[in-house]
Amino acid sequence: MRTKIKALPWQELLLPLAAVVLALLIGSVFILYVGENPLTAYGILFKESLGSVRNIATTLQRATPLMFTGMAVAFAFRAGLFNIGAEGQLYIGAFAAAWVGFTFANLPRIIHLPLAIVAGMAGGALWASIAGVLKAKLGVHEVINTIMLNFIALFLTDWLVTGPFHGGSWVPETARISASAALSRIYPPTRLTTAVYLAVVAAAAVYLILWKTKRGYELRAVGLNPSAAEYGGINVARNTIIAMAISGALAGLAGTEQILGLHNRFILRFSSDLGFMGVAVALLGKNHPVGVILAAILFGALQAGSAAMDRLTAVPRELITIIQALIIFFVAAEYLIRRMLRLKEDA
Amino acid sequence: MGKVLEMRAITKQFPRVLANDKVDFDLNHGEIHALVGENGSGKSTLMSILYGLYQKDGGEIIVRGQPVQITEPRQAIDLKIGMVFQHFMLIEPLTVAENIVLGSEIRKGPFLDHKRMVSEVERLSEEYGLKIDPNAKVADLSVGLQQRVEILKALYRGADILILDEPTAVLTPQEVEDLFEVLNTLKSKGTSIVFITHKIKEVLAVSDRVSVLRRGKKIGTKSTAETNEQELAEMMVGRVVLLRVEKGPAKPGREVLRLDGVTVKDQFGHVKVNNVSLTVRSGEVLGIAGVEGNGQSELVEAIAGLTKVAGGSIHLSNQDITGWSPLRVRRAGFGLVPEDRHRRGLVLDYSVADNLILGLHGSKPFVHNGLRSEKKIAEHAEELIRDYDIRPPVASQPARALSGGNQQKIVVAREFTQNPDLLICSQPTRGVDVGAIEFIHQQVIAQRDQGAAVLLVSAELDEVLSLSDRVAVMYNGEIVNVMPIEEVTEHKLGFLMLGGRPEEYDANEVSGSADQD
Ligand SMILES: Nc1ncnc2c1ncn2[C@@H]1O[C@H](COP(=O)(O)OP(=O)(O)OP(=O)(O)O)[C@@H](O)[C@H]1O
Ligand SMILES: [Mg+2]
Repeated sequence: MRTKIKALPWQELLLPLAAVVLALLIGSVFILYVGENPLTAYGILFKESLGSVRNIATTLQRATPLMFTGMAVAFAFRAGLFNIGAEGQLYIGAFAAAWVGFTFANLPRIIHLPLAIVAGMAGGALWASIAGVLKAKLGVHEVINTIMLNFIALFLTDWLVTGPFHGGSWVPETARISASAALSRIYPPTRLTTAVYLAVVAAAAVYLILWKTKRGYELRAVGLNPSAAEYGGINVARNTIIAMAISGALAGLAGTEQILGLHNRFILRFSSDLGFMGVAVALLGKNHPVGVILAAILFGALQAGSAAMDRLTAVPRELITIIQALIIFFVAAEYLIRRMLRLKEDA
Repeated sequence: MGKVLEMRAITKQFPRVLANDKVDFDLNHGEIHALVGENGSGKSTLMSILYGLYQKDGGEIIVRGQPVQITEPRQAIDLKIGMVFQHFMLIEPLTVAENIVLGSEIRKGPFLDHKRMVSEVERLSEEYGLKIDPNAKVADLSVGLQQRVEILKALYRGADILILDEPTAVLTPQEVEDLFEVLNTLKSKGTSIVFITHKIKEVLAVSDRVSVLRRGKKIGTKSTAETNEQELAEMMVGRVVLLRVEKGPAKPGREVLRLDGVTVKDQFGHVKVNNVSLTVRSGEVLGIAGVEGNGQSELVEAIAGLTKVAGGSIHLSNQDITGWSPLRVRRAGFGLVPEDRHRRGLVLDYSVADNLILGLHGSKPFVHNGLRSEKKIAEHAEELIRDYDIRPPVASQPARALSGGNQQKIVVAREFTQNPDLLICSQPTRGVDVGAIEFIHQQVIAQRDQGAAVLLVSAELDEVLSLSDRVAVMYNGEIVNVMPIEEVTEHKLGFLMLGGRPEEYDANEVSGSADQD
């Protein structure tokens, strides 16, 4: 309707929460089916993901790359762009970071680490800018062109890691990055690194850019009404490219974090769909940096707890994938939930 | 004649506004009841409640003698209530017949029965004298015909109470005539009609009774025969309204805008603006009259830098601005009230404050080292909300939540306070109430008197006639004639707007003047 106005903040939160609860409820049907008690299974899930500082650290470690990819997707979305290319941008960024990491072995840490991070961001930004240019200058829809660029990024890094930059071992991976480029762990033995701080800084930066700068005003205007933006003297093409570049830089950070914090080398196809998960995280987080952080933590928790649930009960860890899918389904089916919760737009 | 509808003490509270305050409204069988009132007075809200789009907070609705609860449009449709919105809800790629039967399709087994659908629509259009080709694609129809499809859609669902929310705002004068004919036919068949409009002339022309709302309250209901323009205007606004614009003679100064042989083509290469040459001087209003779709929009967009120019040149204050970006043109001293405020003029999901800086968002007080100066933006908003009486006066509300007229005031306020050298106003008062029209007209003249060159594009003859110092007529992409206001008559404008040549008119007038008036 013409007069639909933005829902109140608490309702914004209510919706994702309802989606999570519904997903867990349906998940419990599966748990019953395999002959377990849902309360026991979810109890383990909860304990193993949030029950101790150590478990929380693991959860955060799982969540960190999702914070970056979620933010990447959300940022582009605010500018009216559906970036499904986070996966490809992540690989290019990861490779760039790894390359800096294993190439400049003699740099002092204070230069080497930032340089590798910047390289990772730049790699992602550059890759995403290709999509931005294709969209802005040639009108190729970003969904199509980012999907294609994903394939190119994958095969390109496949070749790099098996060909010119193969590390010499029997597995398809590059040489190790030097210690001066590795992120430090904050809570050993968990693999949580300082990247999680970087994610919080990135979230703050995204918030500031979008809502407190001239650039953000332009980006969001382009996303909400490109015709009015154009009329207001905003260069739509330029902002499209910039939005993609920033989005790509965020995706690149996810790859960087994986290399410098976790794998310490570039491994062939290491990502297990972190980029695509970013779409889900952004959706659940309502494309808001705070929402994205929370959503990423939720997904991180599910993943962190799933191993123990798998080990201690008859419930397979794949249940987590089902629950994640259900959450997304319910968030997307906003209308359905609104009706169930009887949220009246004008109430 | 019995009452088919009674609404008693309807109250509707929105988070910040009491949109309807114990409003009584009734509708007789087979009457046309006009509903008028300022922007934001609650007309659409009242009718949306009747149609089940909003839930009332108090009051009762009685349809054909029965108290009813209407909580969704489905129930309204079952009660034979139909509504035609200002923004049509048609599916453009489908045909007229498909759109009309949508939701209650005629089937043959599992398949659609296209033949019967078409014949059914033909029968309906015959019965009500609403001529239309059932097989035409909706996307190919003019706005007037699309509206006809909306009306048929309601009738197909059996509506005998028909609500039309500002149906004439988007129509050309000829289409308005046609619509009135349709309404009268419907009325003679026993349909009862609620007709929302801002134009008092239309109220007087077509309605039987008229009800006036002001700030959510019902001010009164009059029999149309017993009222007049001035009285209605005063009831709407609550004070005496100047229906004529008061202005002194123009004092044209330097040349501000010069078009030399400007030609504009659309994306398919069709010529939309053909070799147009014009000048507008500082301190004068040049009105462009013309039936919509004769190249006015393209011409304006070309000057604004929003469309490429295929030939010719545009000068603004002696600078050649042909091919400049919209931002550069703006900064060279240009302001534009665009014809379509929803598409061009506003980012509806932005707050009122943010909309008030669109186009200025990158300029000095509002941004500092790339960062927004929230304080300046808020001050600017407060000032304009006060000066232009934007209601409700809440800078943080999204523009979407404001009524149409108040949305227009946002655009006008923003463009006018820049005191541009060249100000283009395209349909500046579309969908705007009489009080606001008076205000906007005064502002246009004030801009002129401060030395702006004003180019006014309007489909409202009255508006062109009362504001312009010179009038140009645009037909089929060409400027047919430019004349000083003293030489213009409504009749002559009408003749030229429909494609008549100036020479023919002068010849005709001598021989045919006896038949006129
Ligand atoms: N969904 C909504 N949420 C909050 N306020 C609303 C909403 N819809 C309308 N309003 C407010 O209610 C009041 C009445 O609005 P309404 O649209 O009924 O006015 P109107 O008489 O139709 O005006 P116009 O002539 O400009 O169309 C206005 O102040 C408007 O801002
Ligand atoms: Mg209205």
